[in-house]
Amino acid sequence: MRTAQKRNEIYLDHGATTPVHPDVVAAMLPYWHEEFANPSSHHRSGYRAARAVGLARELVADLLGASPDEIYFTGCGTESNNLALRGAMLAARSAGRGNHLITSCVEHSAVLETARQLRDHFGFDLTILPVNDHGQVSPDEVEAAIRPDTVMISVMAANNEIGSVQPWTEIGSIARARGLLYHSDAVQLVAMRQWDLSSEPIDLMTLAPHKFYGPKGVGILYVRDGVGLLPTLTGGGHEKGLRAGTINVPLVVGAAEALRLAMVERAERMVHFVKMRNILLREIPAALPDRCMITGHPEHRLPHHASFAFKGISGNDLLMHLDMAGVAASSGSACSSGDPKPSPILEALGLDATWTKGGLRLTVGRQNTMEEIEQVVLLIPSLIDRLLALENRFNPVPA
Amino acid sequence: MDYDNKEQSGRQPARVVVAMSGGVDSSVAAALLVEQGYDVVGMMMRLWSEPGNSQAATANRCCTPDQMADARRVADKLNIPFYVLDVQDYFRQTIVQFFIDEHEAGRTPNPCIECNRQIRFTYLLEQALALDAAFLATGHYARIRRTAAGYELLQAIDRQKDQSYVLHVLGQSQLAHVLFPVGDYTKEQVRDLARRFKLPVAAKHDSQDLCFLKDGDYRRFLHEYSSQVAQPGPILTNEGQEVGRHDGLAGYTIGQRKGLGISAPEPLYVLRKDPARNALIVGPRAALGRQALIAHHVTWVSGRQPETPIQADVKIRYKATPAAARLIPISDDQVEVVFDDPVYGITAGQGAVFFNGEVCLGGGLITEPEDNNPTINSARKSINLIPVEEVLAR
Repeated sequence: MRTAQKRNEIYLDHGATTPVHPDVVAAMLPYWHEEFANPSSHHRSGYRAARAVGLARELVADLLGASPDEIYFTGCGTESNNLALRGAMLAARSAGRGNHLITSCVEHSAVLETARQLRDHFGFDLTILPVNDHGQVSPDEVEAAIRPDTVMISVMAANNEIGSVQPWTEIGSIARARGLLYHSDAVQLVAMRQWDLSSEPIDLMTLAPHKFYGPKGVGILYVRDGVGLLPTLTGGGHEKGLRAGTINVPLVVGAAEALRLAMVERAERMVHFVKMRNILLREIPAALPDRCMITGHPEHRLPHHASFAFKGISGNDLLMHLDMAGVAASSGSACSSGDPKPSPILEALGLDATWTKGGLRLTVGRQNTMEEIEQVVLLIPSLIDRLLALENRFNPVPA
Repeated sequence: MDYDNKEQSGRQPARVVVAMSGGVDSSVAAALLVEQGYDVVGMMMRLWSEPGNSQAATANRCCTPDQMADARRVADKLNIPFYVLDVQDYFRQTIVQFFIDEHEAGRTPNPCIECNRQIRFTYLLEQALALDAAFLATGHYARIRRTAAGYELLQAIDRQKDQSYVLHVLGQSQLAHVLFPVGDYTKEQVRDLARRFKLPVAAKHDSQDLCFLKDGDYRRFLHEYSSQVAQPGPILTNEGQEVGRHDGLAGYTIGQRKGLGISAPEPLYVLRKDPARNALIVGPRAALGRQALIAHHVTWVSGRQPETPIQADVKIRYKATPAAARLIPISDDQVEVVFDDPVYGITAGQGAVFFNGEVCLGGGLITEPEDNNPTINSARKSINLIPVEEVLAR
């Protein structure tokens, strides 16, 4: 039978994931069926696969200013966050080095849920720090939360939903001065700046290559030399015993190539991103005075990231209307089961209930054009008008 | 609409939003529309339902995770987009509250009629139109015919499954934008189609009961959600003699004989409810038959109320056999229905729906009978009748 066709789409959800770069696909290609061997195997095919993994590890290390020994490949960004938090806290407990973890209320659920599990099921103490109305953690509050038994601080580099960049250098420096571990979930920020981890105050950093035109199914965790983690995946001693499981050679190769391209093309990409993002940030609120606000920090935010809250409308409905109009976007409160809850991030910013279901995130990418951005800037206010008309008709605010 | 014609003319296919429940009928409706070449968008309304889980009722309850997963699997199978709309608050404020209010007033509502009036063919239709859809399609068993005079609502080919009774609230502006793709098929044919389309829901059972109940027990629901319906009161005869006590009017249906807990020389039946006195009125079977009723909130599919009385067949509940009657308009939205022969079980709050053969003309909600006066306005009997076709053609 006939099925519906794919429509032309303006893709503005690069914060969720990106298309794999053709050069990355080309780099991965031989490792599916030609150089397919297990890098743990002791024959020449296995050695060639191991060499490819080693080169990828060196490339990633070079690009981040780290040593290859400090780069671990995992299955995804979530796994890297799990390994960083659970691995560091359980290792500290084994060594009798404390029981307390500090994080923030705007972390990705991969961090927050892991931290809550450590608290609720493993008996660790947890401090979840609040944020200011730009969604940023205050370094002073980090300082004040430190206790004698604090092991680690995990505060993200930049927020996925509202784009605010955290004062991670200050937070990392505080951790360093106090002899604590600092973990940075840098999934959103990695490809947006240059790194020299040898001189940054970061002990653990999470990367997810699919956010920068690499493949899904592979994550990276940077673990500073000397930081001890208890493995969360035990088995055959892969990744120096920290992450058991047959190494996925093509994805590891693709991850490294994606990071290389991100750094080579970085300046060019950033100029393109910021130009488009600034139009979104300027024009959409201007077209909807009193009904639209920028969420997150207006300046200290991810270069490709524009986020908004719309008063009195459902972000879920807005996404549906955008999708029908051919625009792919996302919202912090979106949910596929028709039971959207207010966005916890928008609530943490102090917004009231008329705003917290109306979040929208537009994240631009390499292939977006200014024409597309101009279309979206015209489209969104008209959709908001439609949605408000429906909303006023069927859910009028009680007088 | 013919798929090939659209393809050749090079026009964009019209967009249709299909209300999908995860059941067989709406799934087949969606598949038929995809096959006909429409730009099909699947949509499920997340309606309010009672919190709490009862295994027994999950199959009937709407919007459960299972139903949602089924609808989504069908949408994936058809490769159409699928969205879930959050209608919980609005549904609760309108339909669930209406259900409670009506019972508190001693009437027996049909919430499906009200849902079709306010939710499906108003709220959802407007959502669909706002998404630039030309049509809203549902899995209802009914048909729409376009004539020179406008759109007609017809009973389904499968008379056993016909749902025109609960769709009588539709008017011209809605019918112009509504499609009932399964109305031309029997239920068996629909199941065959589901198998032919390889839809994962071909063997599912039909849903029944009210979608927002957790266990299909509306009396329990009313007792939990209303303080008034559980008020005990007297059981009175037509003459006002107390013959027993009832434990809340909502627990009784018109025509009910068993379970009244009264002993009398002859069998007594529930004749009507008197919410003003919180009394249940009982009497002999002969008193149950009524010659007439008044329907209010009457709407006409044609949009035009007949100016003079017409003859029609009237259904007084979903599964009732149509009864011949004269429809006598008595105000803009009120009609007196005078039956040729007495009709049993007329229940305030239910729909009185008018048909001319297979054509649904419209209908309204049955009002409370006036005391002891089954023929409400016998004086009108002498009015001359004109055929329905003539009225509709005006």
